[in-house]
Amino acid sequence: MKLELGYIDIKDIKFSDISKVENGVLHVNAKELEAIVLEDEHLKAVSFDIAKPGESVRITPVKDVIEPRAKVEGVGDMFPGVITKVATVGSGITHVLRGAAVVTVGKIVGFQEGIIDMTGPGADYTPFSKTNNLVVDFTPREGLTAHEHEKAIRFAGLKIAYVLGKLGIDAKPDEVKTYDFPSVMEGIKAYPELPRVGYVLMLQSQGLLHDTYVYGVDMKQSLTTMLSPTEVMDGAILSGNCVSACDKNTTYHHQNNPVIEDLFSEHGKTLNFAAMIITNENVYLADKERSSDWSAKLVDYLGLDGVIISQEGFGNPDTDLIMNCTKIEKTGTHTVIITDEYAGRDGTSQSLADADPLANALVTAGNANELITLPKLDKVIGTLDYTEKIAGGFAGSIDGGGNITVEIQAITGATNELGFSRLSAR
Amino acid sequence: MSKIKVVHYINQFFAGIGGEEFADHKPEIKDGVVGPGMAFAASFGESAEIVSTIICGDSYFNENLEQAKKTILDMLKDIKPDIFIAGPAFNAGRYGVACGTICDAVKQELQIPVLTGMYEENPGAEMFKDKLYIIATKDSAAGMRSAVPPMATLALKLAKGEKIGASKEEGYMPGLTRVNFFEEQRGSKRAVDMLLSKMAGKPFVTEYPMPDFDRVEPNHAIKDMKSVTLAIVTSGGIVPKGNPDRIESSSASKFGEYDITGVDNLTADTFETAHGGYDPVYANTDADRVLPVDVLRDFEREGIIGKLHNKYYATVGNGTSTKNSKNYAAEIAQRLKNDNVQAVILTST
Repeated sequence: MKLELGYIDIKDIKFSDISKVENGVLHVNAKELEAIVLEDEHLKAVSFDIAKPGESVRITPVKDVIEPRAKVEGVGDMFPGVITKVATVGSGITHVLRGAAVVTVGKIVGFQEGIIDMTGPGADYTPFSKTNNLVVDFTPREGLTAHEHEKAIRFAGLKIAYVLGKLGIDAKPDEVKTYDFPSVMEGIKAYPELPRVGYVLMLQSQGLLHDTYVYGVDMKQSLTTMLSPTEVMDGAILSGNCVSACDKNTTYHHQNNPVIEDLFSEHGKTLNFAAMIITNENVYLADKERSSDWSAKLVDYLGLDGVIISQEGFGNPDTDLIMNCTKIEKTGTHTVIITDEYAGRDGTSQSLADADPLANALVTAGNANELITLPKLDKVIGTLDYTEKIAGGFAGSIDGGGNITVEIQAITGATNELGFSRLSAR
Repeated sequence: MSKIKVVHYINQFFAGIGGEEFADHKPEIKDGVVGPGMAFAASFGESAEIVSTIICGDSYFNENLEQAKKTILDMLKDIKPDIFIAGPAFNAGRYGVACGTICDAVKQELQIPVLTGMYEENPGAEMFKDKLYIIATKDSAAGMRSAVPPMATLALKLAKGEKIGASKEEGYMPGLTRVNFFEEQRGSKRAVDMLLSKMAGKPFVTEYPMPDFDRVEPNHAIKDMKSVTLAIVTSGGIVPKGNPDRIESSSASKFGEYDITGVDNLTADTFETAHGGYDPVYANTDADRVLPVDVLRDFEREGIIGKLHNKYYATVGNGTSTKNSKNYAAEIAQRLKNDNVQAVILTST
């Protein structure tokens, strides 16, 4: 399956009468977008704001971050099974507004999460301090259940990203990259001497604000399965997941999965990228056993030499991670796992909730319990009302001067377990 | 700022007294620099000064542990150094154990920052790397030149109370504490490189060695529940409505003890969850789903259990470090024992 990604670099974003992409600037007509969002009867009002790199702006609580992309050629359309019809994406040509992002915020239920600082020490910990962000804050109609509310906001964010993505269809890409994912037979014939490597992507699927959707299917209802990594670039995997924001994959993370990219860059050189497996992280033990059995079964069936396993979340999913790792190792396949740590604020606790000697090759995205002080910034998009309640916050998180002290788990993407950033711990 | 005061501990060999035949040398304190202290002094420059050097034979120290510790601690009390440095001991086993032991004692008893250095296979390393900063050195004294600069740098930071970086950055042995830092390559790239090495049978270094996981054997089953006082303890965050103790939604810094005398049923008006790690809707609608007070009251009435304990304990498991969890559990267990509770149901989420 061959996909060409045309990257259109977005260097600035501004409100305008006409939505368009021109000379690297994304112009947004907020009125138009408002009308599209309010077609959903669940939503009463919406407000738009802009946050650019380096500005003294804090965005919180963040629900999702989405990169605007559009299909230019090929089967299917962006966000298949959710915003567009179900069809197998991942081939043809896709345009990407690189450097732009849609950030959805607002209260949903209880512990809505995530802080993005556009400047200061917090900015180093989140990739979204480097993107030109259209921040969208939703007000729901009264009387919605939490689940209806979550779904309405999730869909609205995707719709906005879809509309903005379309603006790049006729733009000339600044860079073009081609990703060609071979069939099993093609791969073996092309690179008979190279180790055959797979990627096991674990997807959080524990319920409200902890869910992931694949072609519109709630991943907790799926068995472990396979797809082409190019499908993921076309929005086949969508986030409904933001609680303990540090190690949850936003939709943007899925669209730009770094493991996929780094395996592709070695493909045909040092390894043969042969398979991508997706599995869930459900709450029931039977589900954990079944899903990890299937991960190992598929790896074994495909005859892979090694796999990278990336986790999403922590604690309960540490069990899924260790089950996947040990069962796959026992098939005779080498594993490397990517996770993060909860070693306590002083770093002296055991870091994982489950462990096994077979998990002898681990990459860590850092200790999420480590404290950080985020100095007051000039402007808040969203609200600080929940800062003491979100995961990583505590009573007294905000001082009289507006400075926030939180664990870095409150920062969106800080310890992302796809290995998206350079943060680590020893 | 005045110069940082350093006291240096070395053995009889590095003091130039002699080898094994002089290993019974009793603790002795000398003004200023002796032996390897010179290399440290050069590295410190004007920022720190070794005011005294304590010399002790390796055999004496290890065979007269308590006496040796006491003598050396007494020597330090008047000097009040800003930092105590021992070694480096390289691969000398008894010297390494002595360095670790005396550093640990100085840190515990006198609350003075300490630092030592040794080879990673020195038995002292295994004993103390989870308690002390130990710079990893080469296995022989030929490695003095490369051992001193990282020891001197870290010693100054410790003496000044500055933030200490990750083991990989500072050069100390992993095991004491996990510290964040920014790697040169992103995690995904490091994972691909690690996998290529692992598949090729080449050496690679895991970024987190697996801990010895503390698996607890379940206790014996209770044969007769009819006379038992049963308590419920949960990590599912069930708290009285309003979360009076403000237990955090993640990384709980405490647990709560709540009275359920006369409570038959947890309702949406009276109880809720503080937990941020699962869909809270169902627990908030009916907290009995996590903390089953309603059915246990039925059991109580039906005589299936003797009595439901009038207090329950709750914390939030989400993101709470295992070390903190263990501490809360120890305290909760003690209180349950004091109240003569014989059985506990633990519910998680």
